[in-house]
Amino acid sequence: MRRFIYVVPLGLFLVLAGYLAVSLRPGHDPHALPSALIDQEAPAFDLAGLGTGGRLARDRLKGQPIVINFFASWCVPCRQEHPLLMRLGQREHVLLYGIAYKDKPEDSVRLLDQLGDPYRGVGLDREGRTGLDFGVYGVPETYVIDRTGHIRKRFVGPLTTEVVDKELLPLLRALGAS
Amino acid sequence: MTFDRSRPGRGMRFAIRTLVVAMSLFAVNVFAVEPAERLPDPAMEARARTISTELRCLVCQNESIDESHAGLAHDIRVLVRERLAAGDSDAQTTRAVVARYGDFVLLRPPVRPATWILWFGPLALLLVGCAGTMVWLRRRATAQDGAVPLNDAERQNLDRLMREDG
Repeated sequence: MRRFIYVVPLGLFLVLAGYLAVSLRPGHDPHALPSALIDQEAPAFDLAGLGTGGRLARDRLKGQPIVINFFASWCVPCRQEHPLLMRLGQREHVLLYGIAYKDKPEDSVRLLDQLGDPYRGVGLDREGRTGLDFGVYGVPETYVIDRTGHIRKRFVGPLTTEVVDKELLPLLRALGAS
Repeated sequence: MTFDRSRPGRGMRFAIRTLVVAMSLFAVNVFAVEPAERLPDPAMEARARTISTELRCLVCQNESIDESHAGLAHDIRVLVRERLAAGDSDAQTTRAVVARYGDFVLLRPPVRPATWILWFGPLALLLVGCAGTMVWLRRRATAQDGAVPLNDAERQNLDRLMREDG
């Protein structure tokens, strides 16, 4: 009994150390929130297209794993991740679609004119309703959706090279992107 | 004449009092609901307010959507009112928000295995502390009962010390 008491602080220390090791491990953001919609069907949307592009509707995007990126011209981190989006859309041939979140169409057009357009199509979510349905709480947010239309992954904040190479592209390959 | 910095003058005190009274009067108006968001039915609006105080604003994280001026808080307030106006119950409305934003949106986390430590951890620590204290007190009591009385040499020594002192 007496000996057991001396082991208690060590046990408590190990529990605490284990907890901290897991929640503070490199590359893990303790503030990131998991999407409530993981492995659920993506919310339905049918948005007016940007410029001359056609409408962007969930049900017409099924059949292939796709990536949906919520962005806005007023969002600074979006500009930061833009070169990566260009790489995804052009070099990696990812089926990348954009949703302009609470943005004026003319501003979105100007952004894509300046930095290049990596998207296969862009839908306008001027009121942020589609964002609300997806549980978006800030831009940029990026969703990976499988061929059956189910959300498999959400990336909050700007994508990084590391995240793209270690998580996004492997996931797309696993989902059978052609 | 010395100038005492620590005490405000009479006029200053009056001004501070007036300010404090004014601030406490207007402080009632802390919610962020805009007139255009309000529902025409006061009872339904009251339900919306009650639901809103339980929902976290995910941008500011320590405010409810009822208090927050963030754009996202506005969007969720409108969503809550739309669901109520469409005939949803309070629970259905809250579920609609949780379906989008997860349990984190609830300022009062639900009781489930993943949150047991959160809910019952403090109580468990209190019980462990009580048990430890009781064990310690009991041991101390038995230690005193078993105290060995002084022998003759010790008693003489003590008496001598007491005399010297007095």
